Amino acid sequence: MDFEIAPEDQAFRAEVRAFIAAQLPPDIARRGQHDYHSARDDVRRWMRILNTKGWSAPHWPARFGGTDWSPLRKYIFQDELRRARAPVLDRCALDLLGPVLCTFGSPEQQARFLPPILNGDAWWNQGFSEPGSGSDLASLRTRADLEGDHYIVNGQKIWTSEAHYGDWIFALVRTDQTAKPQAGISFLLIDMKSPGIVRRPIWSIDEGLSLNEIFFDNVRVPAENLVGEPGQGWSYAKFLLTHERTTSAVVSHTKRDVDQVRHLAAAARSGSGVLLDDPAFAAKLARLEAEVIALEWSVMRVLHAAENDAAGNAVASLLKLRGSELSERAALLAAEALGDHGLAVMPDPEGNHILHHDGLSPGLTDDEAIGVSAKAMFRRATTIYGGASEIQRTLIAKSILGL
Amino acid sequence: MDFNLTSEQEALADSVARFTARDYTFEARNRLIGEGTGLDKRHWQAFADLGWLGAGLAEDAGGYGGGPVENMIIMEGFGRALVLEPFLPVALVAVQTLAALPPSTLRDMLIAEIVAGDAIVAVAHGEIAARGAPDYVETVYEGSRITGAKSMVIGGHAASRLIVSARSPEGLGLYLVDPAASGISTRHYRLLDNQHAVDLAFENAPVLETLARPGEGEAVIAAGLAHGLVGVSAEAVGAMDAAIRMTRDYITTRRQFGTTLSTFQTLQHRMADMLVEMELSRSILYQGIASLGQSGVQCTRALAAMKAIVSSAALFVGRNAVQLHGGIGMTEEYAIGHYYRRLFVISGQFGGESLHLKTMAGLSQSFWTEPTSRPSPIMA
Repeated sequence: MDFEIAPEDQAFRAEVRAFIAAQLPPDIARRGQHDYHSARDDVRRWMRILNTKGWSAPHWPARFGGTDWSPLRKYIFQDELRRARAPVLDRCALDLLGPVLCTFGSPEQQARFLPPILNGDAWWNQGFSEPGSGSDLASLRTRADLEGDHYIVNGQKIWTSEAHYGDWIFALVRTDQTAKPQAGISFLLIDMKSPGIVRRPIWSIDEGLSLNEIFFDNVRVPAENLVGEPGQGWSYAKFLLTHERTTSAVVSHTKRDVDQVRHLAAAARSGSGVLLDDPAFAAKLARLEAEVIALEWSVMRVLHAAENDAAGNAVASLLKLRGSELSERAALLAAEALGDHGLAVMPDPEGNHILHHDGLSPGLTDDEAIGVSAKAMFRRATTIYGGASEIQRTLIAKSILGL
Repeated sequence: MDFNLTSEQEALADSVARFTARDYTFEARNRLIGEGTGLDKRHWQAFADLGWLGAGLAEDAGGYGGGPVENMIIMEGFGRALVLEPFLPVALVAVQTLAALPPSTLRDMLIAEIVAGDAIVAVAHGEIAARGAPDYVETVYEGSRITGAKSMVIGGHAASRLIVSARSPEGLGLYLVDPAASGISTRHYRLLDNQHAVDLAFENAPVLETLARPGEGEAVIAAGLAHGLVGVSAEAVGAMDAAIRMTRDYITTRRQFGTTLSTFQTLQHRMADMLVEMELSRSILYQGIASLGQSGVQCTRALAAMKAIVSSAALFVGRNAVQLHGGIGMTEEYAIGHYYRRLFVISGQFGGESLHLKTMAGLSQSFWTEPTSRPSPIMA
């Protein structure tokens, strides 16, 4: 056993940090501090900068434009991006679709779809959930019927993140109505400009827009856009959900959030002193910090475990469950740190992220407070999306404990 | 980084498992409890013969060249079997306290005697008002005599020598004391987990030797306590893991309402949470070990975070292991209650969650960043 991070890896972290400090445009960095969903244009600009360095998708295989970094280095890279509050990149394209295309896509699909992702030119959405298929995803009903050399898609997807930016969507669709639920599903790439697609924004309780509904009405999709084999969509979806085992811990986000809470509490007045010196608040923050440390070291264990390592699997299984809880708790604590103003609607100064432009809220533009209360509301979703906590517990009980 | 055991470490883990399987069945443990000392001399000799008493000590300090990982392996195995002997206070806390002293004939002789199993030396440092805080000492050293009181010296009942911390105007010193000397009164008691401990009262008690001069004792005792914290956390991980397995086996066989308990999702989810707490404890145990080589404040924070997590996890797993067993879990004759008792003691040993959160809260920066005294806007 050796628990030290090698000097070469520490040097790598310094290199990444220096690159970001030199290259991240100041206006993008400023917007990043407010924790609203990253603007489409900021993501595009930043992706192009990363792409000139060959760093826009480090976790892809090198022959597709990725790197040969170790799992630890890939983690360090993401950790530094979050530390600098760089834009949150198009996760659907980079973390989900990319690995599937690299592994199961045809050479033509790889050549056509991967380069625009690397350069920030194509924004992808994930079309999995449906109104009747949330946690029970295998019951999905959106259908794709082959007619000649096209699939005809009919149905509805929901909770589609950032679909208002989307150029393309990778969707799970039912291509075989007679097979067992999981066996009739295929993985289809659909151009969002296709006739018959209607997007409807879903404003969420943070008064922000990231979620959408998408309706498909006789949408014609070339059959060549089906990835891999028909009927194998479910296995590809499972592959993409388990491919990146540590991302769901969002530990780098939460580390930064803990620092934000500490900073806010050091400045927040509490009686004649500051909130950080309040024993009850300080204890809550210390507890959160200790749990985040435990989570990060769990990530370290998974990064260094082999794919089929039983102990590694047990640790990996807790990352989403606990990571999501800590993510929300950090946001709640930040709002608590702001006191009265943690309860107020703080509009996005760029004007992109608020439902009611009623002219009332702009009076409150405390720079420290912007984004904090919205984040507290949005993070309520963390234990729901990507497999709800209840699903995670059942998975742990069955797959790890054998119950 | 490498989270796998080396082949030598695997062999050590196997060796510990073989010993506990043979000598520490639940029935054998109960017999030892009945004997009233919590210490079987044959066990102690086995610890010496197998090299465990010096397993975590560098060769140049008189050990067998291992380190905290070796201690972790032994303590985890002892946690699984609820070993009663005061291995942790002697082989970790006392030995590492001595090892942190500058080399001397006396120090080397004491270490050699402990490693050989010939002497049991315990550290008398904690006091009732300290509540686990490492730097609070009221006991006074003046004119080669000690006056004051020490609490919960585990293994102190069997010790032939004590290392006593005491304060002078120049700071904290460490002194070698014969527990049978005049001016020392001892109260011997059992802990809830059947370990044995003593409270000690010193009234102008004589010292045999000065181990660390006044002002030099803080850093030395901190080293011993750091190894103690890591060791007790490893013990907790072993005990939690064993309790989880035992509980899983119980609910997969116990039938109620015409089915096994394991089919109830409420119980499945509780067990998932127990597993998560155990794994998080193991993760933060590793970072605690990593911190032993780091500078003062980093190590302080890392160990405080570790024990805060382990203390709460130990209680959570122990309490729920009993809960899922139902009434049988409350009985003296069934093993799971003894795991809870051990985990309950561990939760408070070396200070509980509150103490360690307070320690973290007193530090001016978080684990991974620069100080907070940064200019606006929000994050520099």
